Amino acid sequence: MHIVVCIKQVPETADVRINPETNTLMREGVQSIINPFDMYAIEEGVRVKEKTGGRVTAISMGPPQAEAALREAVAMGVDAGVLISDRAFAGSDTWATSYTLAMAIRKLGDVDLVLCGKQASDGDTAQVGPGIATQLDLPQITYVRKIEELEAKRVVAERLLETGFESVEAPLPCLLTVVKEINEPRLPSLKGKMAARKAQIPVWTAADIGADPARIGLQGSPTKVVRIFTPPPRQGGEILRGEPEAIVPRLAEKLRGVLVGG
Amino acid sequence: MAGEAIRVLDDKCVGCTLCVKACPFDAVAMIEVEGAAGAKKRRLARIDLARCTLCGACVTACKFDAIEMTEKAAAPAADLGAYRNVWVFAEQHDGEIQSIAYELLGEGRKLADALGAELWAVLLGAEIAGKASELTARGAQRVLVADRPELAYFQDEPYAAVLADMARRHRPAVLLCGATTVGRSLVARVAVALNTGLTADCTGLAIDPATKDLLQTRPAFGGNIMATIVCPHTRPQMATVRHKVMKEAVADPARQGRVVAEEIAEALLKSRTRRLRFVPEVETTVNIAEADIIVSGGRGLQKPENFAVIRELAEVLGAGVGASRAAVDAGWIPYSHQVGQTGKTVCPKVYFACGISGQIQHLAGMSSADVIVAINKDPEAPIFRVATYGVVGDLLKIVPLLSATLRRSLGK
Repeated sequence: MHIVVCIKQVPETADVRINPETNTLMREGVQSIINPFDMYAIEEGVRVKEKTGGRVTAISMGPPQAEAALREAVAMGVDAGVLISDRAFAGSDTWATSYTLAMAIRKLGDVDLVLCGKQASDGDTAQVGPGIATQLDLPQITYVRKIEELEAKRVVAERLLETGFESVEAPLPCLLTVVKEINEPRLPSLKGKMAARKAQIPVWTAADIGADPARIGLQGSPTKVVRIFTPPPRQGGEILRGEPEAIVPRLAEKLRGVLVGG
Repeated sequence: MAGEAIRVLDDKCVGCTLCVKACPFDAVAMIEVEGAAGAKKRRLARIDLARCTLCGACVTACKFDAIEMTEKAAAPAADLGAYRNVWVFAEQHDGEIQSIAYELLGEGRKLADALGAELWAVLLGAEIAGKASELTARGAQRVLVADRPELAYFQDEPYAAVLADMARRHRPAVLLCGATTVGRSLVARVAVALNTGLTADCTGLAIDPATKDLLQTRPAFGGNIMATIVCPHTRPQMATVRHKVMKEAVADPARQGRVVAEEIAEALLKSRTRRLRFVPEVETTVNIAEADIIVSGGRGLQKPENFAVIRELAEVLGAGVGASRAAVDAGWIPYSHQVGQTGKTVCPKVYFACGISGQIQHLAGMSSADVIVAINKDPEAPIFRVATYGVVGDLLKIVPLLSATLRRSLGK
């Protein structure tokens, strides 16, 4: 079985702070990490491999430094990493990104299972997974919290919904997007770290994956960002201190309007 | 640098670093270059194109017009004028139209009026046609109904195929959908199939008076920055909207609209995936994504039994029960209740954070609530910086007391 995991390198959100004076993002010393949801996708890919045999390939579209994310995936047990990187990809929206990743998956050839995190923590769109599935004409199961069964030609997975969950069967090849509940990602082993150090991470350009120049980067993106701004910072409000018996009635009175009105 | 999509005009750059600060992607840095003979070294901005996403933040920030972005030749424009109306996807579960559809109709009405176009709703389901009047009562001038047993509940492929087919035939200018599990899974497929743009989780929608394009504003980086996005050359312009962000359209049974049963080709109804069973969650009484009020508990509860005080307050208020990541990771409550970056993003009118310190990942999921009430014993907890009302003290005393007080004052 060949499993492909799509990962993205994102800024560590915990480090992103707003400078209160200039009201801009302070990026100094911000670490890059693998998108948290993609960690679950990597772990699930490695678990599937350990159970059913096969191999796992991680791919990432991003700048040259995203190679570090792929090495980390190798350290966690992924067999190979491929970086999809080209200046021509700059400005890609989710349409162009899903096209680009789909073209890379096509180049990989025989793929049985594509795993993605539910969404990336920087963009939060949850659009690229289903976008890749559509580009490749694959069935999809989104918001997967458990793979119940996996055979050579069939997968059954639990999809998390707002009101419960459903168990969904799909033929392979199939694309799954996963939520946090699915597993707990492992720490890299010593052996994994050594493999990561030695791993060859090939870089595929737009030409390597046979991408249509009109469908990648800014040119291939139907959406354009016209303005970026920081929202007015939320002002801290009123702090109530004292004995609970004294402050709770005051709080209840203040909330009365919004609770009744709501 | 000629030929690049973005560049710094060195003769205009004064080295002020405004662009460095404005860049959300850490793609602008200053370099020092030798000036003319005898002159001082100059500082100039340089853009790292490997990191740059061409968002234009630096262009806006520069007070000296020293950064130039060249819009590449636009893709051959389709006949955009043929795309007219504003569509709302009316999500239904078990034959019940979800409140998000009414919120979209409320917002869709404003957009349709601004465009001088009609507001339509699209309803997919089985034996669902009778529900169309709920959409016309809330302002849908036409409801396109796909009424087939295969569409009884959401299945990704037939839903996407039917919706894309309708859009190809009727050509809406705008297509709105809820940013729900169903909505996000559905329209991401539809947008790719229609070769058009999709913007997720919009918190603001407006029509640009000059271009008539849909201005789609959404948070990114966990709400740390906002971006306004357009889809200038393709149609429909597609967007998902979170629960509770837009105001629900008020029902008026006197309102009339046309209900049209759509012809659905058999081929569109094929699904490679198959639902084997659906298991409703027992724990949830109120779905937090839709809740007007949410009471959340965190590490400060100390043990799982203490969630009882959270549930009690939620019960008094008819609220949903939320939790911080710490409480979920400790196994005190299922993951479906987790609010924050790796959980759900919620937008209630009132959010109670009880024993939650307010890590940035949690704030990313709830900071757009209208009113935030924080109860925490640590006066330095970051949650107090965003709280409308903060109470410093022991939540195990304060929350039960608050439940009792509100039970009395709300007459429950």
